[in-house]
Amino acid sequence: MDYATLLQVLDTTVRLATPLLLACLAGLYSERAGIFDIGLEGKMLSAAMSAGAVAALTGSAWAGLLAGIGASMLFAALHGLAAITFRGNQLISGVALNFLASGLTVLIAQAMFKQGGRTPPLSGDARFNPVTLPGAEALRDVPLIGPLYYEVISGHSVLVYIAFLIVPFTWWVLFRTRFGLRLRAVGENPAAVDTAGVSVIGLRFAAVAITGILCGVAGAYMATALQAGFGREMTAGRGYIALAALIFAKWRPVAAMWACLLFGFFQALALRPDVVQSVVQMKVPVPLLDALPYILTVLVLAGFVGKAIPPRAGGQPYVKER
Amino acid sequence: MAASADNMGRQATAAPFAIELKGISKAFGPVQANKDINIAVPKGTIHGIIGENGAGKSTLMSILYGFYKADSGQILVGGQPTPIPDSQSAIRAGIGMVFQHFKLVQNFTVLENIVLGAEEGALLNTSLGKARQVLKDLAQEYGLNVDPDALIEDLSVGHQQRVEILKALYRQADILILDEPTGVLTPDEADHLFRILRGLKDQGKTIILITHKLREIMEATDNVSVMRRGTMVATVKTRDTSPEQLAELMVGRKVLLEVEKTPPAPGKVVLSVQDLRVRDEHGVERLKGVSLDIRAGEILGIAGVAGNGQSELLAALGGMTKASGTITLNGVPLPLSGPGSDGQSRREAGIAHVPEDRHHHGLILDFAAWENVAFGYHNDPKYQKSALFMDNDALRADTEKKMATYDVRPPIPTLEAKNFSGGNQQKIVVAREVEQNPDLLLIGQPTRGVDIGAIEFIHKQIVALRDAGKAILLVSVELDEIMSLSDRIAVMFDGQIMGMRDPASTDERELGMLMAGMTGTSDAKLKKEAY
Repeated sequence: MDYATLLQVLDTTVRLATPLLLACLAGLYSERAGIFDIGLEGKMLSAAMSAGAVAALTGSAWAGLLAGIGASMLFAALHGLAAITFRGNQLISGVALNFLASGLTVLIAQAMFKQGGRTPPLSGDARFNPVTLPGAEALRDVPLIGPLYYEVISGHSVLVYIAFLIVPFTWWVLFRTRFGLRLRAVGENPAAVDTAGVSVIGLRFAAVAITGILCGVAGAYMATALQAGFGREMTAGRGYIALAALIFAKWRPVAAMWACLLFGFFQALALRPDVVQSVVQMKVPVPLLDALPYILTVLVLAGFVGKAIPPRAGGQPYVKER
Repeated sequence: MAASADNMGRQATAAPFAIELKGISKAFGPVQANKDINIAVPKGTIHGIIGENGAGKSTLMSILYGFYKADSGQILVGGQPTPIPDSQSAIRAGIGMVFQHFKLVQNFTVLENIVLGAEEGALLNTSLGKARQVLKDLAQEYGLNVDPDALIEDLSVGHQQRVEILKALYRQADILILDEPTGVLTPDEADHLFRILRGLKDQGKTIILITHKLREIMEATDNVSVMRRGTMVATVKTRDTSPEQLAELMVGRKVLLEVEKTPPAPGKVVLSVQDLRVRDEHGVERLKGVSLDIRAGEILGIAGVAGNGQSELLAALGGMTKASGTITLNGVPLPLSGPGSDGQSRREAGIAHVPEDRHHHGLILDFAAWENVAFGYHNDPKYQKSALFMDNDALRADTEKKMATYDVRPPIPTLEAKNFSGGNQQKIVVAREVEQNPDLLLIGQPTRGVDIGAIEFIHKQIVALRDAGKAILLVSVELDEIMSLSDRIAVMFDGQIMGMRDPASTDERELGMLMAGMTGTSDAKLKKEAY
């Protein structure tokens, strides 16, 4: 594999890792606050549909993004209502919302556009188009670094850069701010937060709302940047892969980024069987490559990455007791 | 107790009240947890609140800390009517609470736990910096030394409690409520705590101490209020009362505080344990080679701070966990792992077990009393109707009989276990195990969460079983209980037996040293002589 091919694969890695990263950070906020969210998938899917539909109708990718965030937050609010207010089972609520999103997106898309459950193909301003970073053209001919900057780092949509900037921001929020301290505390021991006179319910809803926003961005990215429109089940399990990455990263933001890049790299390899075959000098069945990210997910979830200790109060509704 | 109101009235002119509760009532559904409670706590005193489980002490304090809202009544802080709808208001009013189960975030540092909820601004650095300085001052002022950067999970229970106190002081609490603060402490740590509390009192803080231990009330408080079944029955000056009088007020009748027992007549060895070892799920050795003998007709008490291997010892002997080493019952070796090492086999062999954790191991709370009475003995021929069916009628009749003998209230076999009080639940478990007439009874924390009346009864049962020539292994974190019941005392620390003592010739000081892992008997003796 030559350097140019490697850069192509890495470029694809970054593009494919972005929705995983956004969903993974979304899950991080929720789970750090003690609310398990298996419904990342459904939120992304609903956001993708809404973003695709609104972008197609208005011709504006930004309007699509807002619609995506809105749809995702609606699902997040439902999850919050079930898990926080009514102290329901968080897994069941998440699974239910995933089913709801799976059916509802296709139904609405079909009712609106009559294109077999898809939204119309997007072009121009209805999509987030690649941004060329300053100096990319000028540096292009510098050996090694130039092509790396031009191919891998420059030339993505603005949502990619936002996603990667959210990583240090999340670290800063979690470990350097009052909100972060309280958020982490409420996921570890909500009683400590409650007796300190801070609202457990308020904090958990705030966390779930952030999850909604980030999943909304992830879904909108799928429909208006990575691809040109919404298609049935287009998230293809990315919500679950993001959860696996979250566990892999032990609920830490920077590690989450590396985990998502790893999963993205496997997804990128699946798109380039020729590259894989030239590297391993063997014919590799394409379906096996397609399955790689999912196999990795299973391995991670089965605990092959060492002991991952989730936030201690994760999954437990908070019942005030003395 | 009529004089008490006058006493308080006279004090009002001298020292104002830190807290006054007037006519506080609170009901949970049909249960009246607090009925028209009146109490006045003078500033700068240590005020004890004592009462049995379910007497309503905790509900009252939860109302004071804004966890529950009273149905009626008024709270006055420093003479001012102060509504306390939530914990934030309580903190603002200068009330701090140290809960029985600490409200700390285990993987946070001491500093982070202290600032949580009382941060200076949106960013942490300034808050943490200020807290570090305040902590240094508090440590100097009150002798409350804790490493600010230590993680809570690395601290001993005593230090964790200090963090809770520091949390309250950091929020500038003038009134400190401590709920059963010594349950998890060694006698030494408890002494230290009381020294701290007296220091706080000297600085003008007001302390409310909730406990069921009469000794602590007598030792540490200035005044004491007694609660019974949701009402405040009396408030007295501590120096004018006695443990016997307080116990009587708590229960409403005369109570025997001392256990009556005759000298033991130990017979042959019933249980012999050699080099017993247990590892937990992480592979950490929790029991590190324990060897002991228990004879017929004796009670062997295991003293120790919770978490030093006592639970594992009971679990291994009772067939609840895998272990290595050898145990023999009446000379017959019993397997410690694999087939025949389960709880039911142990019961068939003649080892009955009253587990430490009544709610998780002793009972199924959602099951009826008569079903709970069958557990562990459900294969007993007397409960079988045929090869396939159990004789539920016989079981219910049997339960009714046991309930009558053990004075379980209400005596309704079909009532679910969760609907009995702690004491009555424990009586059900004890009845089940003791009435099988075992050769050896393992009994863990027999009176945890059990009211004084039931404690008296359960203690009598244990002594009666001993006098019937049975062997008893008693595990308890209540040193008083161990001292008064045991014929021999083994002290456990860090999975090992630190020493074997005769209750007649030892004292709390010596046992406390052993519980803290200090074997220096000569040291203890020297200290004793120095006194």
